[in-house]
Amino acid sequence: MGDPSRSHGLSLPVRRRQVLAAGLAGLVVVSLPRSALARPSLEEAIKTFTGGAEVLDGRVRLELPPLVENGNAVGVTIAAESPMTAADHVIRIGLFNEKNPEANVVIFHLGSRSGRAKVSTRIRLATSQVVVAVAEMSDGSFWSSRASAIVTLAACIEDLS
Amino acid sequence: MARALINVPKTARRGEIVEIRAMIAHPMETGYRMGTNGASIPRDIIRRFACGYDGEEVFSAELFPAMSANPFIAFTLVATASGAITFAWTDDAGETQTVSAEMAVS
Repeated sequence: MGDPSRSHGLSLPVRRRQVLAAGLAGLVVVSLPRSALARPSLEEAIKTFTGGAEVLDGRVRLELPPLVENGNAVGVTIAAESPMTAADHVIRIGLFNEKNPEANVVIFHLGSRSGRAKVSTRIRLATSQVVVAVAEMSDGSFWSSRASAIVTLAACIEDLS
Repeated sequence: MARALINVPKTARRGEIVEIRAMIAHPMETGYRMGTNGASIPRDIIRRFACGYDGEEVFSAELFPAMSANPFIAFTLVATASGAITFAWTDDAGETQTVSAEMAVS
């Protein structure tokens, strides 16, 4: 304790107040539920993906089991109607959810060498919700399909409050 | 890094569309879970998956925490030439695991 101001009697209450304030601020931050922290909505996430372009319904098929027993691994298949030629193919397919802690699930990059615009994967669903697949075509148009699932055992149960 | 499982047909005809399946052993820790002591478990996920074939990247994916543990991705490719199909997974730490498989095209 070489610093003379630290041992000074007057500075003590101020420091204590500061410590209290800092502690209270910390409490407020900690007590906020994680779900209350900003999460972009489904529409905002899709808008980020498309860059604000119009999204049309159709040309994409999203297969999702309607009743999910285990939200930790939900098999999904996304297929887009496209000839997949050099002139007309799918560039990207994005998958978005409505109620997970993050709106993005996965973004696939495809091309004419994919042959077919069909991708399968396994995702997590925190609760019963809507899942949306959006495909970007090489002509710049966006097409989407949505499906909803009822989840009986959720992934990341800690987030459900 | 981790064990990867890939499924590539050994032979294919030129122009044929082949299905490729790839999976890697990885916890895909979301960063949203709490440990036993109440402290949050830090995020650790595979961020990017890429597949290279016949001189260029033909397929890739950006992964988010909503992907299941041991991420599995199935997609298709047009068989153009005999050679290696390479798969690369990159995690949060920037480490990349690469695996390749040979496909003979007639």
